Amino acid sequence: MEEMRVVFAGFGGQGLLFAGKVVAYAGLIDEHEVSWLPSYGPEMRGGTANCSVTLSDEPIGSPLIMNPNVLIAMNQPSLLKFESDVTAGGKVFVDTSLVNKLPERDDVQVFALEATNLAEEAGLKGLANIVLVGKMLKETGFCSVETLEAAIRKAVPPRKAALIEKNLQALKLGMEA
Amino acid sequence: MSEKVLMKGNEAIAESAIRAGCKFFFGYPITPQTELAAYMAKRMPKQGGTYLQAESEVAAINMVYGAAAAGARVMTSSSSPGVSLKSEGVSYIAGADLPCLVVNIERGGPGLGSIQPSQSDYWQATRALGHGDFQMVVYAPATVQEMADVAYEAFDVADKYRTPVMILGDGMLGQMMEPVELPEPKTEFPEKPWATTGHGNKREKNVANSLYLDANELEKSNFERFERYDVIKANEQRAELVDCDDADIIVVAFGASSRIVRSAVRAAREEGIKAGLFRPITLWPFPVDALEATKAHAKAYLSVEMNMGQMVEDVKLVVRDSAPVDFYGRVGGVIPTPVEVLEKIRQINEGLGE
Repeated sequence: MEEMRVVFAGFGGQGLLFAGKVVAYAGLIDEHEVSWLPSYGPEMRGGTANCSVTLSDEPIGSPLIMNPNVLIAMNQPSLLKFESDVTAGGKVFVDTSLVNKLPERDDVQVFALEATNLAEEAGLKGLANIVLVGKMLKETGFCSVETLEAAIRKAVPPRKAALIEKNLQALKLGMEA
Repeated sequence: MSEKVLMKGNEAIAESAIRAGCKFFFGYPITPQTELAAYMAKRMPKQGGTYLQAESEVAAINMVYGAAAAGARVMTSSSSPGVSLKSEGVSYIAGADLPCLVVNIERGGPGLGSIQPSQSDYWQATRALGHGDFQMVVYAPATVQEMADVAYEAFDVADKYRTPVMILGDGMLGQMMEPVELPEPKTEFPEKPWATTGHGNKREKNVANSLYLDANELEKSNFERFERYDVIKANEQRAELVDCDDADIIVVAFGASSRIVRSAVRAAREEGIKAGLFRPITLWPFPVDALEATKAHAKAYLSVEMNMGQMVEDVKLVVRDSAPVDFYGRVGGVIPTPVEVLEKIRQINEGLGE
């Protein structure tokens, strides 16, 4: 595969680190090299949070992504912070429930969807992160749907197993959006 | 073998240490090491071991001293400022010739510094983690898998040479997740006839102590310890060499910065620059022999570190006058980029002429 470098960025509490973990597990299942690196400043719920996930067929150098080819932005400050780093031809996924100013660059593909509203309307409050992963899967095809579903089953901790089904629904919702 | 799982470096060290037979963990919380202690708190009691959050780093390292004297596999972990607090205890443990594992997941310094990744404790780890003449084996893993591997091996090395062993990581390696295959739990452990476990009136008492009021006795114990260090230097040097066989420029880097250098060296090769990565896996003993061998063809050396230039001194001690030794570093929690390192490699390559 071509190296995929994804930055997930937004507020703490939106499940960005978890979304990154799902994508990382998908890479692990498909036997790619994988790295996942969170920002770990003095962050808290409501503060900014981001994580870098790289899937590659080469050993991964720095897990800190300087030039993502996929960006998932779940708030305006994060989009502003990272949009100029995206490589030309890259894909930018934006939750327009929370972002009103889209990137002005014309050398990246922008996919806008109201992920937070879509999730809430479907009774999947708090799963906008996985809705966006679903959309990202549809537009990049970086793995099969079966792989991503298996990744969700692995990434959800056993004590929260009841949430697997909702995550799978959110994935489907994103893929159909 | 077991299935690959995604784990943080901090967690991989903890799980692997448990599988290596570690039964006691004493620590005090500090970022970016926290997940290691948290993992131990959760898992250790289920394994029949003891997790104890001490009232301070000083207390924690002295609990390590006690458990090590009693022959248990024991460890502590911290991050830079916390490791400084443990230094007196580590010196006592080294003076009493006791095995243990100390993990340092470094952050920026000096002082309280930052909580972002750094490699600025290289000197502290390899020269003097505490007062007196002593050294400890220091591993510098560069992947989550290697963090698990060295944690598994560290207890055997500590027991074999009766010495404290350190794993020197940093905030990036501790916090990142990568796939890791965990080792099978160890079932056989070395005998420790020196352990202070009670003589039951059947043997002479064992004593764990670092106090010698007789100068000649103390000198003798130092001489004996340094004979063991010679054996460690002969047996335990480890390094990974990538594209070094025909390299004009050898870039030396360990841990997190070696990952950045790996990318930079790959990019340099694509431009036709003959660069290679020399990655020490043991920082003490420094892999002198493997680096010495590169002098036959290398025209220049570059040390890349997340500090102001510490390991570069060890590189210079090996390279001496055979080639120039340059340095590139970022500090304070700033991580160098492959582009910056590549630019430095290009500059050195231009200077080589032909």
